This record gives sequence, C-alpha cells and structure tokens, in this order.
Amino acid sequence: MLTIKNLHAQVEDTPILKGLNLEIGPGEVHAIMGPNGSGKSTLASVLAGREDYEVTAGSVDFDGTDLLDLDASDRAREGLFLAFQYPVEIPGVSNLNFMKAAINAKREHQGLEAISAKDFLALVKEKSALVELSGRLRDRSVNEGFSGGEKKRNEIFQMAMLEPKFAVLDETDSGLDIDALRIVSEGVNAMRDAGRSFLVITHYQRLLDHIVPDHVHVLSDGQIVKSGPKELALELEAKGYDWVKEEIA
Amino acid sequence: MANDGEDKILEEVTGKAYEFGFTTDIDSDKAPAGLNEDIIRLISTKKNEPEWLLEWRLKAFDTWQAMVEPEWPHLQYEKPDFQAISYYSAPKQKKELASMDEVDPELRKTMEKLGISLEEQKRLSGVAVDFVMDSVSVATSFKDKLAELGIIFCSMSEAVQEHPELVKKYIGSVVPVRDNYYAALNSAVFTDGSFCYIPKGVKCPMELSTYFRINESGTGQFERTLVIADESSYVSYLEGCTAPQRDENQLHAAVVELVALDDAEIKYSTVQNWYPGDEEGKGGVYNFVTKRGICHTRSKISWTQVETGSAVTWKYPSCVLKGDDSVGEFYSVAVTNNMQQADTGTKMIHLGKRTRSTIISKGISAGKSQNSYRGLVQIMPNADRARNFSQCDSLLMTDRCGAHTFPYIETKNPTAQVEHEATTSKIGEDQIFYCLQRGIDEEQAISLIVNGYAKDVLNKLPMEFAVEAQKLLAISLEGSVG
Repeated sequence: MLTIKNLHAQVEDTPILKGLNLEIGPGEVHAIMGPNGSGKSTLASVLAGREDYEVTAGSVDFDGTDLLDLDASDRAREGLFLAFQYPVEIPGVSNLNFMKAAINAKREHQGLEAISAKDFLALVKEKSALVELSGRLRDRSVNEGFSGGEKKRNEIFQMAMLEPKFAVLDETDSGLDIDALRIVSEGVNAMRDAGRSFLVITHYQRLLDHIVPDHVHVLSDGQIVKSGPKELALELEAKGYDWVKEEIA
Repeated sequence: MANDGEDKILEEVTGKAYEFGFTTDIDSDKAPAGLNEDIIRLISTKKNEPEWLLEWRLKAFDTWQAMVEPEWPHLQYEKPDFQAISYYSAPKQKKELASMDEVDPELRKTMEKLGISLEEQKRLSGVAVDFVMDSVSVATSFKDKLAELGIIFCSMSEAVQEHPELVKKYIGSVVPVRDNYYAALNSAVFTDGSFCYIPKGVKCPMELSTYFRINESGTGQFERTLVIADESSYVSYLEGCTAPQRDENQLHAAVVELVALDDAEIKYSTVQNWYPGDEEGKGGVYNFVTKRGICHTRSKISWTQVETGSAVTWKYPSCVLKGDDSVGEFYSVAVTNNMQQADTGTKMIHLGKRTRSTIISKGISAGKSQNSYRGLVQIMPNADRARNFSQCDSLLMTDRCGAHTFPYIETKNPTAQVEHEATTSKIGEDQIFYCLQRGIDEEQAISLIVNGYAKDVLNKLPMEFAVEAQKLLAISLEGSVG
C-alpha cells in the first residue's frame, strides 16, 4: 500500500526527516511513536503534501503511484486521508456542505457523477452513527465552536465519509477524555478491513490499547530506529524513549 | 394646463439656446467637454424638462462650484478633471459586434465562469442578437403585471415627463443637493436613472431589477434613482449585475434616494462589478455614490451590497430613521484586489424613538488593495431607547493589502444601546490546506472559505442574486492568496 524509501524532508532549511524507511501493507495498522521533535507530525504533513515541507530525497510509492508527484488535493482524491492533530475551523461553511464538496471532488476525479442528495444523506446518517456525531454537530460550521473531542470525532466522521485507502491519524488521541477516546477508536476499528491501511501517530501507548496495531515503530531524529510487534508499545511505555536511544547507542 | 407649461418651457428654451451661443454645428447628440450653465441648460432642454427641474439643476451647479472634493476618504487617486468630461450624450447606441468571437476573451471567460447564458453574454457584450424575444416578452408581461397593481417602474426621464408631481416632491428630499460634492454634481448633470413608486398597501410581487429596463436606456455616468414605497407597501429592488461591466466613463457619481413611508419596507440589493482596472489599477472606474433612504414611522430599509469592482469606491448607503419604531439595516461585502481601493460603509441616523439599526460589514482585501469600513451611528436626543448593533469584520488574503475600520458613534440620548464588534483575520493557509487534504482544490477552497465568511451578508440577498454573488466572490479572488 505505502512504501517509503530513504525519505529526507526539511522545513526552512532545517532537516527533520533523515532517511526514513517504512513499508505498510494492505489492511495493516502501523503505529509510529517517538518523543517530541522526532519528526512524527512532519511525516504526516509530508505524506499529505503540505507545501512548507520540502522533500530533498527519497521516494514514496502509494499503491503504485508516485505520491510525491501529486499535489495535496490529488493525494486526497487518490485515497489518502489525514486526521489532523489540530483540525481547523472554517466559519460559515457547514460541515455537510464541506463534506459534499470533498466527496464530489473525489467522485469527479474517479469519473463519477456528483452524489445525489438522497445518497448523501443516507451516507451521512450511516457514518455519523459510527462516531456518535449528533445532528447538531453535523449542521454546524466546520469545527466552529467544537470541543477538542468533538473535533476529533468530526475527523473520524470525515474519514468514514471519504472511505480512504490509507489514513494517517496524527495524534488523534491528544486532548481526548476516555469516552471520546473509546468512540474515536471504535470508529477507526469499524473501518479496518483488508483493503485499508492506517498509520497511527501517537505519543502514548493508551490509544494502542483501543486501536491495536500490527506493527510499532519508534521514530527518533528523523529515522525509524526500532520496529516490533504491538508489545513494543508496552515496553516503550514502561521504559521510556531513552531506553531505545541507549539501545541504539 | 400641462401643455401650456410645456409650451412655455419649450419656447424659452428654444429662444434661449441661440442666445447662449449654441450654433448648429454642435453635434446634436453630444455636448462638448466641460461643465457650465449652458451645458446644464442643454441637458435639460434635450430632455424636455420642466422649468423647476432646470432651476434645481442650476442651483445644484452653483452649490457644487462652491464645494471642494472631499479629502477625508482613505483613498488615493488622481482627481478627475471635471472640465474634461462631456456631460451629455444621447442614449448611446452600443457598438454592435457581429459575433461572440469579437468579445474580449478574458471577459468571455469570466462570464462563462459566472454561468451566464450565451444569450445573456451576447446582450451584455453588445453582440447583435437575432432572438431577444424571450427577454422582451418577459419584460413586457412583467410591465403589464406591475401596471395592474399601480406600480410605476420606469426611467427617470420618463418619470419626469409622466409623473412630475412625484419626482418634484421627492427628488433631493433624501439626499439634498448640498449633501456632498458628488451629490451636488449629480444633481446638476444627471442624465437618467430609475424611478419606482409602489402605491399604498401594495406588496410588489417580484424583485424589481434594472435588468428589465436595460433596453430602454443604458446606464449613465451620473445616474439618479428614486424609489418611493408608499404607506404599508413593500418592494425588493435589485441593482447592477454580476457580469463584469466595462465603461468608457471613468467617473461615476450616482445618487440613489429611497423613501419608505409609514409601515413600508424597501429592500435594496446591489451587486457592483465595474471594471477595476488592470493589475496596476490603470483604467478602472471611479465610483462615487451617494445612497440614502429615509424611514418614516414603523418602516424599514435594508441595504445589501456586494462590491467587487471599481478602481476606487466611495460609498455609504445610509438610513435616516426619522419615524418612531423604524428600522435600518446595512449588509455589505466589499472585496478589493490588486490595486483597488474602497472606502465604504454606512450611516445610521436615529431620530425617532425606539429606532433600530443593524450593520454587518465584511471586508475582504487581496493583492495590494486597501479596504476601509467607515461608519457613523448617530443617536439624536429624541431617539429614546434606540438600538444599534454593528459588526465589522476584515479578512486579509495577503500580507500586502490593508484593512481599515473607522467607526464613529455619537449618542445624544442616554437610553440608547449601541454595540460595536470588529475582527480582523488573515485567510489561513491552514484552512486552505485542510480543504486540499479533503480533495477540494485551492480555487474551490478559497471560494468556500470566503463565502463562509460572507455568509451572513449573502444570505440577505435574493436567492438568484446570492448564487451569482457567491461565484463572483470566488472569481474576484482567484489566485489571490499569498
């Protein structure tokens, strides 16, 4: 599904990713953990195609296409989704209109007609149940006045609506209380299937109790320094990141 | 009697023309450049106007001569040479083009993006149209229906001939001749415009649009519009259109007067898209407009405007809330891009008791443009328990543009309640990236964000106008984030 080879990226001349390699197969869930400043969010931004991040070397193959060759909106239309760490507010734009625009952009890309009002509403009903998103939140402006937890639920709702092939969850657990964490995780788990892969970026092991990964990677100073099964997350939680650093040294 | 009067005027006019040195070699359809009493007499004669109107014009001219062009707006432009302008030309025959191929491709592209039908594109660009039957027949049935209800909707010139008593009673009653420099100039030299009268108790069943009288006369450089809603009547009036309008006249100084008598309501919506000039701002229209309405008891006037065009805009649609319990509203979206400058806002003058006003202004600045909101809320001593709410937001698209807010509040009554809120924000790259990540392209992202920002105002526009205005905002701001 996704093959990252020797990826180097920088922001304003400061190198952040320094030769990152990662292979994610179809249907797999990979978790990336690492201390602050290790490059986790940079990886998410680079994959999503944010312009401030300059890729200086390496390649990313996304289901047979050169991901780095596509601009951000084409990556999304090809099935890449990023659940933002800090979802932005767009005042005056209703959540549903926003979703309709997104779905139709994707459908147009696939050579399909715009979605009918009836199908759209049915889809909204189905997917909002998944993350217990109330009608009140659906009808409001995008993320405007949402609590932290509501914003994250809205991200997962959007992911469910867009049915991506590959989703990056960037610290989706930050700022969530235990109930919201459960709702968000259940939403993600309901979407796991053989054709869809996830990259879960997180600071804490807690999220991985709910979304159980197939592989866990430790990111440090722009490189993946250790990989292992899901138990690695528990070990990290117990021993801290310094343990990994010492091990490498 | 009327005939006697007309004859007399005709006699005077024909007798005097020579006296003032008009010779036959003057092109009868176009006055020489320059402004003086003779020119004003010529305009009045050409239009076969009653003497009181000529006198009114001459008085306005005197007033104007004693005034100076205002310096206070936050605008920089070369002051027009008022003696270099020709103040009268007969309703001009637009140069007809043989086909759409002759139309400026940029203009065509924009019209296509706006979703304007081919027929309409031809009409707007002055291409000869074989079949205008559709719009003609629509216009005709439209007129019949209005006539049945006693609604008068015609050109100002026609109104002067057919309904002089109404014109005489109300012209200059809301915007006095000496109100300001451009209003005085307009009063002296206006050539045409629209006139509308809604009789007592009549609710005008359709949006009145200048579109329907476009075939009768083109819009002039100095337009004069007068809308009168008699007691308990209602009218919604649309002015302008979203299609880009080019004009050989650089200076436009229109006057619009609205009169809402007791319990009447006037909704006046404008979409202005005059040519803004090129990227350096060359060749754009200067738009100096005076718009004001007077509200009598329990009446209501709403101004809604979407301003995207012109190189320089100077415009403050205002309400004089004279009657008790009357209501004034101002909803505005003003977009400036490239080198455009806008100084626009409103005045709400509260005279009557329990008068209420609402101001919602949304400025959007892009390129190197300058966008100013200038508003005055004035509560006079008798306006017990008057209320005002103002909200002035500015959205910046680049680091090189400017947004300015000049709110003035004067309250002379301690029971008044005045609220003012203002925000300035820059369009977020984060917002755009969020849209891109959902598969929405940049153009549509900007359109979504900007229309969301302006939603409170766009919602006030009549439905079909609102849809066009949304597209217009997006087009005006294309590629403008930086």
